[in-house]
Amino acid sequence: MDIFGVPHQALLGQVMLGMVNGAFYAVLSLGLAIIFGLLRVVNFAHGAFFMLGAFIAFLIGRNLGIGYWPSMIVAPLIVGVLGILFERFALRRIYGLDPLYGLFLTFGLVLVLEGGFRVAMGSSGHSYPTPPALRGALDLGFMMLPMYRAFVILVAVVVCAGTWVVIEKTRMGAYLRAATERPDLTQAFGINVPLLLTVTYGAGVGLAGFAGVMAAPIQHVNPSMGSDLVIIVFAIVVIGGLGSVLGSAVTGLGLGVVEGLAKVFYAEASTTVVFLVMALVLLLRPAGLFGQEEG
Amino acid sequence: MKNSLRLAMAAASVLALTAGAASAQVSGDVVRIGVLADMSGIYSDLSGKGAVEAVKMAAEDFGGTVLGKKIEVISADHLNKPDIGAAKAREWFDTGGVDMINDLANSGVARAVATVAKEKKRHIIVNGASNMGITNELCSPYAIHYAYDAYSLAHGTGKAVVENGGKSWFFLTVDFAFGIGLEEQVSKVVRDAGGRVVGAARHPLGTTDFSSFILQAQASKADIIGIASTGADAVNAIRAAAEFGATKKQKLAALLLWIEDVHGLGLPAAQGLSLTNAWYWDMNDQTRAFAKRFHDRVGKMPNMAQAADYSSTMMYLNAVKEAGTDDPDAVSKKMREMTVSDMFTKLGKVRVDGRFMHDMYLWQVKTPEESKAPWDYLKLVATIPAEQAFQPLSESKCDLVKK
Repeated sequence: MDIFGVPHQALLGQVMLGMVNGAFYAVLSLGLAIIFGLLRVVNFAHGAFFMLGAFIAFLIGRNLGIGYWPSMIVAPLIVGVLGILFERFALRRIYGLDPLYGLFLTFGLVLVLEGGFRVAMGSSGHSYPTPPALRGALDLGFMMLPMYRAFVILVAVVVCAGTWVVIEKTRMGAYLRAATERPDLTQAFGINVPLLLTVTYGAGVGLAGFAGVMAAPIQHVNPSMGSDLVIIVFAIVVIGGLGSVLGSAVTGLGLGVVEGLAKVFYAEASTTVVFLVMALVLLLRPAGLFGQEEG
Repeated sequence: MKNSLRLAMAAASVLALTAGAASAQVSGDVVRIGVLADMSGIYSDLSGKGAVEAVKMAAEDFGGTVLGKKIEVISADHLNKPDIGAAKAREWFDTGGVDMINDLANSGVARAVATVAKEKKRHIIVNGASNMGITNELCSPYAIHYAYDAYSLAHGTGKAVVENGGKSWFFLTVDFAFGIGLEEQVSKVVRDAGGRVVGAARHPLGTTDFSSFILQAQASKADIIGIASTGADAVNAIRAAAEFGATKKQKLAALLLWIEDVHGLGLPAAQGLSLTNAWYWDMNDQTRAFAKRFHDRVGKMPNMAQAADYSSTMMYLNAVKEAGTDDPDAVSKKMREMTVSDMFTKLGKVRVDGRFMHDMYLWQVKTPEESKAPWDYLKLVATIPAEQAFQPLSESKCDLVKK
C-alpha cells in the first residue's frame, strides 16, 4: 500500500526510527527544560554531559568491566556529581547576571570537555557493545526493529513519565515549582533554595548522562556526539515551551517522528525540518506549544 | 702581481667549488618529502601515522641521503578538508622546500592538491585516494596516482559481484568526491553488464547511525547494496545492515574495504565479503618481510596505501638519484621511464597520464575457521592484469594523452 507515493513499509520504518531518535530528544530536552525553568540558565553544556555519560559508560566498561546495566545507574550518577561540582563552583557565580555569561560559561565548558576527550580518546568513535540480553531484532512485518532500539523507546517513556510524576506529584517537585515561580518567597518559607538549584542542575545533567549511556550502543562514542544533538534539543525545548516538562518530552518524541517522515519524502530536509517547525511555532505561539506566557 | 695572483687563485677556487655543485643540483640542499595525511580523523587508521612511518622507512632504507644530500620527511594533518590540504600544499611548495607530497588520503583533498601541483609544477603521489580526476581532468607531469583508483575498484569488486548475479543495485554513498566518483564508476560497470541501478542514498562523512539509510536500501528491494564508502563508515553500514536484517534478502558489496575494516568488523561479520586491493601483507616473502618491519614500528599490519607510500617514495628517490637532480621536470621524465620491481609490485610503470600501472587483485575475506593467525584475513580469488584493471588511455580526459 502506498501512502503519498511511498510504500507503507518504508514510511512506518522511518517513523519507527524517528521514535527512537525522539526518545533521545525527549530525555535530553527534559533535562534542559528543567534546568532552564529553575535556574534560568541556558545550559549549552547539556550535549557535553550527554557525551560524558556515554564516555564514562565506555571507560568503566573497558577498564573496570562494569557492564551496561550497572552503567545505566553509575554513569548518570557520576555525571550528576560532576554537574553539581560545576554548579557549586562555577555556575552559581553567574546567577542573576546577563544570560550571556551563562552562555559563555557553559559553552566554554563544552570546548574544554570535548577538546579534552578528543586529545585523550581520539576523534574517531569507540564502539560500545549492545548488552547481550537485548541483541536480536523484532520482526514487525514492515521492518526488523533491533530489540535495543525498542528498549530505548520504552525506557525514555518511563523516565519522562517518572520525572513528570516527581515534579508534579511529590513534595520535592512542589518545592521545585515554587522555587521556579518565587524563589524569594520559597526561601522565606525556610526551604534551602540554593541546595535545590544545585540538586536540580545535577539531576538535569544526570538525565543527559543517562541519555548518553542509552546512546552508546547505537552511535559510536565520540567527543562530538553531543554537539551534533544539542542544537536540535534546544529547538525542541523552545517549541515545547521553556520550563514545561511535559511539553519538552512530548515535543521531543513528536519531532523525532516528524524528522523520520521528512527523511522519507525529502531526505535533505530532515536536518532543517525541526527549525522550520520552531520558526512556525514561535510565530503562532511564542511561548511554545505547552508553555505559559510569562505573566 | 701578488694581488692579481691572489685574485686569480680566489676566482679559480670559487669556480672549482661551483663546478662540482652544478653536476648534482638539489634544491635547498635537502630532498624533503611531505606526508599529507589524515592524522586524526575518520581515515587516520588507514592513513595517519602508518603512512608517515612507511615513507620514513623508505627514506631510511634508501640510505638517508640522495646525491649526497639529506632526505627529510615531514608530515601534516589535512583534517579531511580540501581547503586545508591545498593551503598546506601551497605553503610546503612555496616556502617549505618540499619536493614531493605523498599519501593524500581523501579524494577531496587529493583533487585540491593535484590542482596545486599542476600550478606549482611540483610532485605529488596519491596513494590514499581513489578519485579518477587525478589521471583525467587534473592530470599533469607532476601527479602520479600510484596505489588504486575508482575504476580498478569498480572493475574488481563491482564486476565480480555483477557477474555472480547481482543485477540490481542500491548505493550507500558517502557524500564527497570519493563516494560519488566510486558510485559513478560502479554504476557504469553495472549498466555495461546489463544490470540496473535502482537508487542511491548519500550520507555525510562520519555517519555513525546508518539505520535510516539501510531502511531505504531495504525498501528499494535491490539485489545488491553497494557500499560506496570506506573505513568506519563502511564498518558501521555493514553492522547496521546485519542489525536490521538487510542481509537476509540482499547482499552487500563493500566497494573499498581495508584490512583495518575487516579487523574492526571481525571475521564472523566480514566473512565472505569480496574486496579489491592492490597489495596484501601476506602475498609473498618480500611482502611479509616488509609487513613485519612495519608491524614492529607501528603496531599493526600495513595496508595497500601504506605499502604504496613506501614503494612510491623509493621510486621517487631512485628517480632523483638517476636524474642527478631533484628538478621536477627531470625527475618526472625519469619516473616515467623507470620500471618498478619491489615488494609492492613485480612490474610497475608510470603511464603518460600519471597512472602507475600494476596488477590489482580480487580477494575474499576468510571464514573464522580459515584464519590461522592475527591479521590472516584474506584469500586471493583472482589477479587482474594491469591493462584490464585501469582505465584505458582511449577513455582518458587527460590532455597529456595524444589522441
